[in-house]
Amino acid sequence: MVRWLLAGLLLVALGATAPVAARDTLRIGVSQFPSTLHPSIDSMLAKTYVRSMTLRPFTGYGPDWELRCFLCTELPTLENGLAERIERDDGSVGVKLTYTINPDATWGDGVPVTTDDVLFTWRSGKHPESGVANREVFTNILDIEVHDSRTFTLEVDKLRYNYNAINGFLVLPAHVEAEVFDAAPATYRNRTRFDTDPTHPGLAFGPYRVVEVRTGEYIVLERNPTWHGTTPAFQRIIVQTIENTPALEANLLAGSLDMIAGELGLPLEQAIAFEQRHGARFQVHYETGLIYEHLEANLDNPIFQDRRVRQALLYAVDRQAMTDRLFDGRQPVALTNVHPMDWVHDETVPTFARDVERAKALLEEAGWTPGRDGVRVNGDGVRFSFEFSTTAGNRSRELVQQFLQAQWAEVGIEAIIRNLPPRVLFAEHLSRRQFTGMALFAWISSPESPPKTTLHSSMIPSAENAWSGQNYTGFANAEVDALIEAIEVELDREARAQLWSRLQYLYATELPALPLFFRANPHVWPLWLEGVTPTGHQDISTLFVEYWRVAD
Amino acid sequence: MAVYLLRRGGEGVIVLALVSVLVFALIGLMPGDPIDLLISADPDITSEDAARLRALYGLDRPLYERYLAWLGDALRGDLGFSRLYSQRVTAILWAPLQNTVILMSLSLVLGLLVAIPLALVAARRPHGPVDVTVNLLAFAGFSVPAFWLALLLILLFAVTLGWLPAGGVHAVGDPSLESRLRHLVLPVLTLTVLNAGVYLRFTRGALLEVLNEDFMRTARAKGLGLGQALLRHALPNAMLPLTTVVALHVGTLLSGALVVEVVFAYRGMGKLTYDAILANDFNLAMAALLLATGLTLTCNILADAVYSWLDPRVRYDD
Repeated sequence: MVRWLLAGLLLVALGATAPVAARDTLRIGVSQFPSTLHPSIDSMLAKTYVRSMTLRPFTGYGPDWELRCFLCTELPTLENGLAERIERDDGSVGVKLTYTINPDATWGDGVPVTTDDVLFTWRSGKHPESGVANREVFTNILDIEVHDSRTFTLEVDKLRYNYNAINGFLVLPAHVEAEVFDAAPATYRNRTRFDTDPTHPGLAFGPYRVVEVRTGEYIVLERNPTWHGTTPAFQRIIVQTIENTPALEANLLAGSLDMIAGELGLPLEQAIAFEQRHGARFQVHYETGLIYEHLEANLDNPIFQDRRVRQALLYAVDRQAMTDRLFDGRQPVALTNVHPMDWVHDETVPTFARDVERAKALLEEAGWTPGRDGVRVNGDGVRFSFEFSTTAGNRSRELVQQFLQAQWAEVGIEAIIRNLPPRVLFAEHLSRRQFTGMALFAWISSPESPPKTTLHSSMIPSAENAWSGQNYTGFANAEVDALIEAIEVELDREARAQLWSRLQYLYATELPALPLFFRANPHVWPLWLEGVTPTGHQDISTLFVEYWRVAD
Repeated sequence: MAVYLLRRGGEGVIVLALVSVLVFALIGLMPGDPIDLLISADPDITSEDAARLRALYGLDRPLYERYLAWLGDALRGDLGFSRLYSQRVTAILWAPLQNTVILMSLSLVLGLLVAIPLALVAARRPHGPVDVTVNLLAFAGFSVPAFWLALLLILLFAVTLGWLPAGGVHAVGDPSLESRLRHLVLPVLTLTVLNAGVYLRFTRGALLEVLNEDFMRTARAKGLGLGQALLRHALPNAMLPLTTVVALHVGTLLSGALVVEVVFAYRGMGKLTYDAILANDFNLAMAALLLATGLTLTCNILADAVYSWLDPRVRYDD
């Protein structure tokens, strides 16, 4: 029997050598499959990864973190006259923005991208039943004035610092989708052709269009003949989903994949080990970005209310050694929540390099003296002990936790690790403010993004505001509130930089959260691939896919 | 017999109804709803957006109302849409169901084909060198962690030798039978090793028990050789406990190969069900879990019928 089995196995294996793909196809491994391909329904990185190859936003950030036009021809500004400040009778200040669609932009079925598409996108996006999760970009627009088939003017409710950024306005093909939407807006999310007929050529005007979808397995894209920009080097791109990252790595080594996407690929520690073993066969590029790992303490807990205690917690740990030892130094230590690549970053803020004596002194000042078991106690006999949670099963975070726990123990602070499944941590423990101690997790932001939802006092979740907002710590500081509000409407870049500096100084000294590091994404590419430009922000590398090419 | 089977079928329907209530309640009582998960992925979603989306998805209604609405639709044959894949549940279930049935059937049959002959060989000389070796193999088979064995096989056959693909259901753009078979080899091999270990232990144990029975001594006294006695008399009797094990095992067909499906990126029911539960995808999770329950019940009823066929002494009162 065994012989028969082996014989069968060998028979199947005959001729089973993995086919060497021609270089006109690029096979990318990712660890997630998009729940929908509709640009505005649901927000998911896997969808952004694919969608950035088929569609382009009007505006977005480039690899230099500067705002630029993708679908439009020129960014409207107050200086070039395409943006116009408007003062309304009720005293509010809005803005009118005139954009022109790239005259060569054409859907894959040959229909030009026009203002009809813009109007339909706005109409469907702001509809309460369309299923669009975040409607802000649509509801902020009060009116659209159409000048011709390519030019239109938006009237926006408020003149904000980033008034000309309409990054979330992803144009939909009216000639394909309007009929579906108008038939029944409430069920549009289930009937959109992005999901029912995803290979329809009229759904793409980017460098690629979807030609095959195997739900949960892979998506095949091919060059879009109507693309108006640089012709991409690869005829086909296959985005294959393999959720288990050791299997993802094995598929790369077996030659079933050419590369692993940095945005949705290997965990950092796995990539570091991979580079050590196979670095000669692949390029491994680490790109740090806007994913900010930090600690949040519930400030309702008296232990954490004293600012000196929060500073002592930071002085007690060697964050540089932590990232060096655990992550090969690939993840830069965060001074505040603002990334060093962000133009508003201020590096003159207090840095809290490890100083155990200073940490002990601050704790003594705050009334915490060493107890009999080595854990500090205050005057009321309360031990300096708290619960320390993170997302269970996230190996990187669990290692960080253990590192912090050991270093805090050296200054008499006891952190009791109690990890929770992600959905429990985020859906109840944090958002319902049920945590009493500290939590380790990450925030994702965008370039120059005022931290209103996480720091403004109006964003403290409570039963009264239906648990909205992400200010989980309960931090309330009038100056911080005022700075956030001022930044949002300050148009002068220099003046805004000053406001940002002050905000960062307050962040670094008040420590509403304890900054740890900015996460790095490991991109694994074949040696023959060049031109991939990871960005570190939400406008990811596939937004520049037409520049990827085979090295000479 | 027919009445018995009909009665068991009726009981099965009641069990299915109870399981549907239980599963719906358990998923509903899990912390966080789909909108909470959405908010954690997009911090810019406002409380108004959250309320609007909850109303749109019906999540603002009490759990029992949502269950009754689901039940009404399900009885009309409408299993609804999956939030996870934005498609009709019926459209999503078909391919993973097919994949899992093929994967599990092959590994089950191969497992039995490996286990039964080995058990017969081992039972010929209990505690002899062959028996000890077979036992060792059986223990190794069901003790080895599935994910470890799977990765080992990938490293050997896909990475080092390059003979077989490392994962997937078939090659991209090539759904041919040959491509599917090549992609099946490693997952089937993994599950066969695991299954064979379990079946081998059970069959060997059952055979040894039967060997001590009086009728076996009689058979040998009549001049039958050990091999003949094992095949003709011991094996049919030893099949009864094995049938129970296989019936229970088949019941887990639809959800039991999670680890193997994950490691081999093989899209089957185990992974689909797991993802649906995690994502609070009620419609998909309900359909997948009820399918698994229904199959378990069916297999148990079939096992009862098989008992009667294997052993004429087994009779069910009509």
